[in-house]
Amino acid sequence: MRPFAYSRATDLDHAARLAGDGARPIAGGTNLLDLMKLEVETPDALVDINRLPLGGIETHGDGLRIGALVSNSACAADERIRRDYPVLARAILAGATFQLRNMATTAGNLCQRTRCYYFYNTDMPCNKRAPGSGCSAIGGFNRIHAILGASDACIATYPGDMAVALCALDATVEIAGRDGQARSVPVRAFHRLPGDAPERDNILEPGEVITAVMLPAPPGGKHIYRKVRDRSSYAFALVSIAAVVRMDRGAIASASLAFGALAHKPWHDTRIDDLLTGQAPSDALFDAAADRLLEGATGQGANDFKIPMARRILKAVLREATGDAT
Amino acid sequence: MTRTLSMDQPDDRNRLDAMVQGVIGKPLDRLDGPAKVTGSALYAAEYAIDNCAEGVLVTATIAKGEVTAIDEASVLNMPGVIAVISNDRMTARAAQGGAGESPVRKVRQVAYRGQPIALVVAETFEQAREAAKRLQITYREDDDAVIDQHARALPTETSGEPTIQGNLDRAISEAAHAVDVTYTTECHNSAPMEPHASIAQWDGTTLTVHASLQMLKYNVKELADSMGLAPENVRLLSPYVGGGFGSKLGISADVAAASVAAIELGRPVRVVLSRQQVFQSVMRRSETTQRLRLAADSEGRLTGFGHEGRVSNLPGESFAEPVTQASEYLYPGENRTLRIDVARLNLLTAGSVRAPGEAVGMQALEGAMDELAVIIGIDPVELRLRNIPDRHPAKDIPYSSRPLAECLKTGAERFGWDVGPRRPCHTREGEWWIGTGMATATRVHNLNEAEARVTLYPDGTAAVASDMTDIGTGTYTILGQIAAEMLGLDIKDVLVRLGDSSFPPGSGSGGSWGAPSTGSAVFLACEGIRERLAKRLDCTDEELTLKDGFATVRGQSIALPDLLKGDEIEEVGHFKDGAISDSFSSAMYGAFFTEVAVNAYSGEVRVRRFTGAFVCGRVLNEKTAISQCMGGMVWGIGSALTEENIFDKRHGHIVNPDLAEYHIPVSLDVPHLDVVLVDERDPAASPLQAKGVGELGICGAAGAIGNAIHDACGVRLRSFPFTPDKIIAELEAP
Repeated sequence: MRPFAYSRATDLDHAARLAGDGARPIAGGTNLLDLMKLEVETPDALVDINRLPLGGIETHGDGLRIGALVSNSACAADERIRRDYPVLARAILAGATFQLRNMATTAGNLCQRTRCYYFYNTDMPCNKRAPGSGCSAIGGFNRIHAILGASDACIATYPGDMAVALCALDATVEIAGRDGQARSVPVRAFHRLPGDAPERDNILEPGEVITAVMLPAPPGGKHIYRKVRDRSSYAFALVSIAAVVRMDRGAIASASLAFGALAHKPWHDTRIDDLLTGQAPSDALFDAAADRLLEGATGQGANDFKIPMARRILKAVLREATGDAT
Repeated sequence: MTRTLSMDQPDDRNRLDAMVQGVIGKPLDRLDGPAKVTGSALYAAEYAIDNCAEGVLVTATIAKGEVTAIDEASVLNMPGVIAVISNDRMTARAAQGGAGESPVRKVRQVAYRGQPIALVVAETFEQAREAAKRLQITYREDDDAVIDQHARALPTETSGEPTIQGNLDRAISEAAHAVDVTYTTECHNSAPMEPHASIAQWDGTTLTVHASLQMLKYNVKELADSMGLAPENVRLLSPYVGGGFGSKLGISADVAAASVAAIELGRPVRVVLSRQQVFQSVMRRSETTQRLRLAADSEGRLTGFGHEGRVSNLPGESFAEPVTQASEYLYPGENRTLRIDVARLNLLTAGSVRAPGEAVGMQALEGAMDELAVIIGIDPVELRLRNIPDRHPAKDIPYSSRPLAECLKTGAERFGWDVGPRRPCHTREGEWWIGTGMATATRVHNLNEAEARVTLYPDGTAAVASDMTDIGTGTYTILGQIAAEMLGLDIKDVLVRLGDSSFPPGSGSGGSWGAPSTGSAVFLACEGIRERLAKRLDCTDEELTLKDGFATVRGQSIALPDLLKGDEIEEVGHFKDGAISDSFSSAMYGAFFTEVAVNAYSGEVRVRRFTGAFVCGRVLNEKTAISQCMGGMVWGIGSALTEENIFDKRHGHIVNPDLAEYHIPVSLDVPHLDVVLVDERDPAASPLQAKGVGELGICGAAGAIGNAIHDACGVRLRSFPFTPDKIIAELEAP
């Protein structure tokens, strides 16, 4: 770990100003501190935002506003979230451990970095860690890597669960900038594809700090978060799917699906939701949805299995969501 | 005085059963438990020592070649940095178990990626870690490194003498039923919770090291050899060890590195391996490729038995994962071929990890046995029952005991085994295929020379001392129970002190031999004390009853302090493993029964029930023995489903060198584990009539799970671990 400066933000503007000067915001630190110890991350300065008034889950219009500093545990335990947005509670509880969820925050979870083995190994080239050095995962061991939206520069995946559910819920990220500026970005547009700049995981600009995540009005319907992993707990997804599906008189009235562990971002494709909406459920329909999801999917060798696995899990989720539990 | 016994023939005296204190075998809580859960038990790195400098190891980033330059100047001006050390008193590999001499020390000759090459010492850990990262190393890299462990064609050499009897090829071709299948297992890591760590202190004459080690009597010699010191000038302290599982049998790089630095700098130095270094720089279990050939007659009796393995290790290492160890004695078949070939690779040292040999050997063998049962169309339990030989099939010597049938029957009954041939895909619950499977458990019974000192104090309390270690297994407790039983004392009146090389040399913890070996040494010392007490009472040992601090002879009782009259009695027990293994085949046995669920969509496997019935001779402490078996079964779940260290085939480093990506089973992966111990006395095992138990619970466990997967969904996998991707490749989606 390299020496770094540490300061505690006194207010949001202070935090944004320090972040604009290169300081990394730190909240729970569950990911950043590990990466700093390994020197995967080497910030010169940290700005601690834990004392900013960014906690609490509040009613906001017909929806909810989840403060950036709300812990994952608190979010998953919130009565309104459990009742109206169960896919979110389930996704959070599918990730990490009690101890980590107690420390991890809403904003920090969104900003967690990839678990690519080569990103973690500072002896190896990695375009995400050291831009321009190359991608070691291509041609290497890439069991957990992307089958969708990868580039020649990077095949890493976004590893989280919570953001996948937020994509299915079409939540919005509220972001503060310098000098009191603010903007809102749909979670679906928050994370990036790697392209030729994989060092950028998301659209945050220097000096920007996440202040909250906004949930729209409760969508109703059936909420499913399904995560396939190598062990029952404390493992990242091989494939995960968040689904919010509402049925009406035997047909799919609305569907919103998002996919984890397949790409550099939680994967959402409006065309899949559109294809399902208004249709009577059938295996043929589910296959068509899987075809759409996986058109252009490319395996890298060790992760080839994700293509058939995603198809199978999508089918399982849609059968469950539309009423056939087997 | 020293009382010696060499285990050359069975010891039928069964003295422990003649004792009346009633503490032996009882499920006592561990004596060290409160200290561990309250944090007052100090582990190697936790000692607060004045003026202690901090060392961090630097490891090689090439797989083979030579360090041509280390630019010390690149870090010596960094804050707090004291020294960069790289010389041939450091060790480049971990010592193999029982080596008793230094492992390879040429740290600048790189034989594998991750090899320790230098130590950076600084005032604080953070300073040392940063400087270690900055240290500029120049290499000359060889282009002939061999790192693809899965390459089909690798030059190999044969380990030891193969067992070849009769004609296996002919037996297979003439058999009524035969299987010829190849199973593979991947590299495993011991993954102890406590990383390898040392604090070395040098007073100009004596080197004292707090370290995390399993077998101090060998470790002292290994370190002395590395340092060029006399063994009597080296003292090791390992009173508490946070798990070893084989990886701490020999000294690892931290021990010698801290010692060199302490000697050269004249101040204490601490070296703690990072989790990544524990994976990359200590020891792996070799990957294995195992061909099993089983020939059976129409009744299912084995006529041919073949078990041929390919494993790997670094050049110059004698250890070869002994996958055929149980195959030597477990099943019959007059036509036998057992052999192990070793490929030489530039991957880190392969050595003892959690029941070397049987852990991965038995899971392959028991998979093949299940396949044979399916082909024959009989109950897999019945197949095992029909194949229990009367004598060791190769050596033609008797078994010291052979309670496999009892284990199979007890386990089957307890589990509620559905008797009959397996018919896969019989039960579906929603998305889940449900099936059951079983396997035999066995592990060779090992003994090792051991000494222990027992002192009976004038106040009627006693102390046990040995350099034996307790690596979390319950050794403190069982040694206390043996002494308390023999001397008729409350367990609270027996103090057990371990893990100090200045104490008499015990067996160390390894190969499941700690309890029967060091336990026997304690037993012998106690016999010596009893004899001296008997002499004071003018009776024989057999006439003397010791209970609750009183000695009773012919109806007359006297409190021990009154009998001792201010004297202290000290005896050393010296147990020698002897030649008995030439006359008897001695092993622990058991049987596993499990129920699994396989998700028809995802291929995820959940172990829903897991029963193990085991025999390990006399049970010294029912609770710690059961815990040992449970731990083994958890390892079995890991070996079956989740654990594999993956090497990058291009560069030779471990891709998943941490506990996030090396998947040890978590609580949710482990169902209620039902363990039953079948009581036994084995006079050929030890004077205690006890055998080892530590490793038995893993030996075959993963095979039972694989067999249950087959029963559940019809998929027969032979490439461990059985991860979801491998299952869905064979399993049609619903």
